[in-house]
Amino acid sequence: MSPGLRWRKFVSGFMLTMTGVCAAVAVSVLFFILGYLVYHGGTSISWNFFTKLPAPVGEAGGGMANAIVGSAKLLLLASLIGVPIGFFGAIYLAEFSGGTVAFIVRYAADLLNGVPSIVIGIFAYSLVVLPFKHFSTLAGGCALGLMMIPITLRSTEEFLRAVPGTLREGAMALGASKWKTIGTVIVPAAYRGILTAVLLAFARVAGETAPLLFTAFGNRFWSPGWNQPTASLPVMIFTYAIAPYEDWHRQAWAAGLVLLGLILVINIVARAILSRGIAVPRS
Amino acid sequence: MPAALSMRMTISKVNFFYGSKQTLFDISMGIATNKVTALIGPSGCGKSTLLRTFNRMHETVRNTRLEGEILLDGQNIFAQDVTALRRRIGMVFQRPNPFPKSIFDNVAYGLRINGSKLPIAEAVEKSLRHAALWDEVKDHLHKSAYELSGGQQQRLCIARALAVEPEVLLLDEPCSALDPISTAKIEELLVQLKDLCTITIVTHNMQQAARVSDFTAFLLIGQLIEFSPTPQLFTTPADPRTEAYITGRFG
Amino acid sequence: MATSTTTVPSAGPVAGSRSFLSRIREGDEIARMITFLFAASVVLITLLLVFELWQGSVLPRHKFGFNFFRTSVWDPIFDQFGALPFIYGTLVTAGVSLLIAVPLGIGAAIFLAELAPARVSDTLEFFIDLLAAVPSVIYGLLGVFIVVPLMRQYIQPGLKHTLGFLPLFQGPAYGVGFLTAGIVLAIMVIPYIISVSREILLSVPRDQREAALSLGSTRWEATWKVVVPFARGGILGSIFLALARALGETMAVTMVIGNTPTISASLFSPGYSIAAVIANEFTEATGDLYLQSLIELGLVLFILTFILNGLARLLIVATSQKGAGMGHT
Repeated sequence: MSPGLRWRKFVSGFMLTMTGVCAAVAVSVLFFILGYLVYHGGTSISWNFFTKLPAPVGEAGGGMANAIVGSAKLLLLASLIGVPIGFFGAIYLAEFSGGTVAFIVRYAADLLNGVPSIVIGIFAYSLVVLPFKHFSTLAGGCALGLMMIPITLRSTEEFLRAVPGTLREGAMALGASKWKTIGTVIVPAAYRGILTAVLLAFARVAGETAPLLFTAFGNRFWSPGWNQPTASLPVMIFTYAIAPYEDWHRQAWAAGLVLLGLILVINIVARAILSRGIAVPRS
Repeated sequence: MPAALSMRMTISKVNFFYGSKQTLFDISMGIATNKVTALIGPSGCGKSTLLRTFNRMHETVRNTRLEGEILLDGQNIFAQDVTALRRRIGMVFQRPNPFPKSIFDNVAYGLRINGSKLPIAEAVEKSLRHAALWDEVKDHLHKSAYELSGGQQQRLCIARALAVEPEVLLLDEPCSALDPISTAKIEELLVQLKDLCTITIVTHNMQQAARVSDFTAFLLIGQLIEFSPTPQLFTTPADPRTEAYITGRFG
Repeated sequence: MATSTTTVPSAGPVAGSRSFLSRIREGDEIARMITFLFAASVVLITLLLVFELWQGSVLPRHKFGFNFFRTSVWDPIFDQFGALPFIYGTLVTAGVSLLIAVPLGIGAAIFLAELAPARVSDTLEFFIDLLAAVPSVIYGLLGVFIVVPLMRQYIQPGLKHTLGFLPLFQGPAYGVGFLTAGIVLAIMVIPYIISVSREILLSVPRDQREAALSLGSTRWEATWKVVVPFARGGILGSIFLALARALGETMAVTMVIGNTPTISASLFSPGYSIAAVIANEFTEATGDLYLQSLIELGLVLFILTFILNGLARLLIVATSQKGAGMGHT
């Protein structure tokens, strides 16, 4: 073998190994994050964490019960806003619409999807906080709901489109009206993908902090109803992590573990649902 | 088979497996130096698979296994470095596949990688002339290769392969994506290129094989049924299956 | 991760083929109208968002005009609002993050697309997708408690020791600062580069690589000189996507950047980004000019990410179509 070729082969082997190293580094970050969270968070999780309200500053023994409930309320409201708009909007795009309108709606959805979450927060602030003159769960839920819309819309549309034309035609040939076809044939055929889309959208907004900073704001106590500021898990993590109290740091780790655990489980479940279904395009 | 001819490549008892499925059975043949050898047969008979073993291209696919011996100039191709081997055996593919570079850079690619005895510009011109493309592109060398027509792109791919001065040129159904005029140009070219290198062509077009090749091998379901000088195979085939294929009874 | 798809023709029969009355009777027209309202609301919401950002920033736009982007003084007490330190901080941290994430990300994508067997590639991609799902505040958490101390105790002093003659690596080692934020951002945007680039590389037609190999290329030469250049549009698109993400990133950055509106040549310096200042000061902003200046910063962020995302999509779609269309000349 000529020396030139020997060198080229060496370079080839070396560079390809380096790409493997890059991949290993990237993937190991995930395990590193999980490891740290489990280690730090696991030791801090306690019954108190789930049941107690935050203790006064400097006192130990508080928990994040209000944040957990707050996050649940916010996400419920977000889903009530984001899922119907995304779902029915997607039905329109996939089943009823013509080229131009569909293009505009998709473009708007993609645009909305790319907006930084803090800007969505500003929007929700203008829309809800300003008129009502105070922070609220409602405002936070709106902000998160807005973020759920484009994810739900685009994914649901893809899965509806992936339903084979033969199914549609079969139903129509039997005399079913369009909306009956959609409701009884098409949506059920695509249900796996749609469910996945909703779960992934949910997981995405569950971890969002920035839009809540000036909509739901925060609360060291319970937040009854929808009109008052509320604590939420992500915002608590943020607040506690940057504060100087050791006890709060531990609670931040615990909250981080709970939050990330929830998000990862939803992601894994969503992908599992999808992979067991009929071949549909990846979202 | 005339024994007086020298064989550029010798294939002995080649069996090929894709996973557990065997797709080539006990193939033995010779590729005569500076002649055109055609591999014909119905779809799925293994002719492309066989061709791709000549430059060890099958190794880019996982799960493949080859038993038997393939020699280039008497040396086992599996005992030498595959990168060095592939410089000596060029390949032209079914669909024209120029790189997303200029016409010049496409032809120069192999030269820049492997080194060139001539200055690059000279070597590029030489190759393009051999591929009968020089006159059409000499004033547009720095345009993108994708601006050429299908037939021109395929001749560009031939020029690209010729630039590194291979001893053998393998062509896998090179005209199947082209119009009749481009096809005719390339067939004419192949006959002229014999003097430069040894040519092996896979084709599903029997008339093409009859027109351009000196020797033809007929394959059926992974087996070599007949291998003879072309005029002989097409006028007086020895095997009834060959006759059935060339008279159009199947395939 | 949702990236936009190419347009597909509408799936159902044209609605106008039956009479209006029959459609009403069968409920189809109502279904159509209801779903249209939902779809239209998406467009309305988006338009409203742009409107609110524009209207909500009217005071500083009129008062400062383009000087808003040239002044570096941010003094709420004296009603002086200059966006330069935040723009600087945003760009520097995004730049640092790309410098780290792009080589690592493309390298990993090459490994996944060209080298790894399909099952390994899919499994690793699964993990990379999970990485993309980790929320920003968690990265911030790790940033504060792991990266910052590491920077302060080992990395920054180490850099100062070896490369301290460069203005980039001078100044006290606080742990927080542009470099730290850039590193944390890099970790956050790598999954985007890897995911998109991997798909693009996988879509490059096989015979491009085979042609390169058949000319006597080594595997690396075939990958680097033919496959990657073929995919370069899409890869660039993935970088734009990553950049858009880095620009808008709020929580992790605000937890590790130091939150000081400074412009400094040193990467060790604490700084501020657009998203971070909005996050920190929005609820404390007294007076309309202050608040609206923050909203104007939000508008800037919106425009930047809008352009980048648009470009990214164009590039990615164009490159995948190039791959799909190969050979049909």
